[in-house]
Amino acid sequence: MNTENTAPAAPLEEPAAPRRTRFEEFWRLLRKNSLALAGLVVFGLFLATAVAGVFLTSGSKPVLDPSVVRLQEKLRPPLSRSDAASLKPDEIPAMGVYLFGTDDLGRDVFARMLQGAWVSLTVGFVAVGISVAIGIFMGAIAGYYGQQYVRLEQVMLAAWLLGGAALLAAGVRTLGAVVLVAGHAWLFFSISPWGVSRRKSPPPWMRIFLKGTIRVDTIIMRFVDIMLCFPSFFLILTVVALLPASIYTIMIVIGLTSWEGTARFVRAEFLSLREQDFVAAARALGVGNFRIIFRHMTPNAIAPVLVSATIGIASAILTEAGLSFLGFGVPPPHATWGNILSDGKRFIFDAPWLTFIPGAAILLVVLAFNLFGEGLRDILNPKLRQRN
Amino acid sequence: MIAFIGRSIVQKIITLFFVSIVSFAIIHLAPGEPSQVDPLNPKFTPEMVERFRTAFHLDQPLYVQYAYFYRDLFRGSTVSWKDNQPVLKKIWERFLNSLPLFIVGTLITWTISFPVGIRSAIFRGGIYDRSATFISYVLISIPGFFFAYILIILVVTQLEVPVIGMQTFGIGDTAWPFRIMDRLWHMLLPSILGATGGIAVLSRYVRSQMLEVEGQDYVRTARAKGLPWEMVHYKHALRNALLPFVTMFGLILPGLIGGSVIIESIFSWPGMGRMAYEAILSRDYPLILTINFIAAVLVLIGTFVSDVLYVLVDPRIRL
Repeated sequence: MNTENTAPAAPLEEPAAPRRTRFEEFWRLLRKNSLALAGLVVFGLFLATAVAGVFLTSGSKPVLDPSVVRLQEKLRPPLSRSDAASLKPDEIPAMGVYLFGTDDLGRDVFARMLQGAWVSLTVGFVAVGISVAIGIFMGAIAGYYGQQYVRLEQVMLAAWLLGGAALLAAGVRTLGAVVLVAGHAWLFFSISPWGVSRRKSPPPWMRIFLKGTIRVDTIIMRFVDIMLCFPSFFLILTVVALLPASIYTIMIVIGLTSWEGTARFVRAEFLSLREQDFVAAARALGVGNFRIIFRHMTPNAIAPVLVSATIGIASAILTEAGLSFLGFGVPPPHATWGNILSDGKRFIFDAPWLTFIPGAAILLVVLAFNLFGEGLRDILNPKLRQRN
Repeated sequence: MIAFIGRSIVQKIITLFFVSIVSFAIIHLAPGEPSQVDPLNPKFTPEMVERFRTAFHLDQPLYVQYAYFYRDLFRGSTVSWKDNQPVLKKIWERFLNSLPLFIVGTLITWTISFPVGIRSAIFRGGIYDRSATFISYVLISIPGFFFAYILIILVVTQLEVPVIGMQTFGIGDTAWPFRIMDRLWHMLLPSILGATGGIAVLSRYVRSQMLEVEGQDYVRTARAKGLPWEMVHYKHALRNALLPFVTMFGLILPGLIGGSVIIESIFSWPGMGRMAYEAILSRDYPLILTINFIAAVLVLIGTFVSDVLYVLVDPRIRL
């Protein structure tokens, strides 16, 4: 009996078709899409440039110093040699050549571009990281817990805590602190296993506090609607202008204002994933809710997130460049591609390279991310693969 | 239908209420105060600052300020902190300046993207389609300010036409054909720049809509029964592909108040975007909040109109 069963099973273990790993399949499809491949190559070059830029332009004695001012060598065209006679030895650029020329203060544009590459890179990735994290979290909660109601006691607790915070902010320190501490104690007892709410049956008058008020999904999606009402560049500009200028403010603000799209389609994915068998199986095994959300469901919903994240990086880089161009963002001595262009625009007819080099760099990098993102969309979505 | 309209109006009003709270909170919880904008100005004595704070209710708690602000807004009596002008009048003046840019930009967007998108879909995979796709990616990716300078260099050096501002300085009392041509030249570049992103996105969307319809059975039937190809494409396919675009009339509405900050500052165009930018720089809270509120109203009206239009044009949607 046993031998009979194993004998016919053996040939079945041989795969019918040559088996490819997921990565090989991905690579095969990517190679067919030449634009997306070009995007990936440019992205790799950009990454290498930005990392090299950090090493070459920072430290106490950088190889390429972006901040050396040489007034006698201002507005030199690209590839011009520096005049060694009029410069101090430590002011001579590496190899004695201004690869991208100099600006109106005689600073080496090549060094400044290298320095700026890191800003663009980090703004793009950190901002998108923040927005994707918020988007996945909000979308997952809305999709997974969507049909459950928030209980009245929870609304009251939230109102209590908000009230405490408002009191603190309004200046009533002691009362605010007391309210906050009481609220946290309430929170602690309601979620801890020996807490009040776990008692077998609450008295009838307490049932009213367990009544549902509003759906989780409704709260989150209405919040998304509210956020979408703000014109986003205007909102970013307002917040960046009101807060002290720093690169981190920009990253955080861009991240906090661009998560709505991600949240929407993560929610849509979760609504369909929730009904699938593997989720039911995980639940039957007693896997915790958060483990189901983040270990089991999120990896299955990640493909559209990757696509929108790639395109989001492109638009975050554009937004940062626009803010730098308007004079917000990284404070002046530090170079970004946007502020090189913004400084150079006054010399647009005499020194066009000050406009064209950063502009072309931004265009190239953003284009690369957009092309790669669109390619990724075609590759990761089997439905689009053959038809369009 | 009536129930749907009623429900969504109530929903939008609730959303608007929360938008007003959130925007008010964002702007007032930011560090610093509007009375501290210019601390070095000798005219700003502490007494002046105190008078200013009392006059604009800045010494009251936030929720009182909120109530005052929106009461004034609905009465239409909000004044700018910068020059004491009524906010709505300022916005209206700037809006009239931005409106021609918006109209010309929208016309350019729609007249270019439809032919391009339809042609790409019909000759799908051909050299025209591929180059149109690539160009639209370039147009999405190019920073507006960089593109603006390329165009300025081209126009100024090749055509020798002045383009900055709303009209050439000192054109005052020339004959009206000259003035009209001058105005058109000055409007051209900002409108094209405002339209670039729209052209790229809309032409891609037209293409994908058209492709989807071309794959339908009734188009295959039309082709199979031997209709001439222009009849198949333009009568059977195109008419159905155009359906979703009716709803876009609602979605372009928010663009009315958008007015690109960057492009208007490059071209010194005294429009909405520039005014918003200046208001932010001088912390003119009433102006910022009013612009924000109007923008939110337009977004909500826009989605409402597009929902209703969608129901009207698509008989498959039943409420």
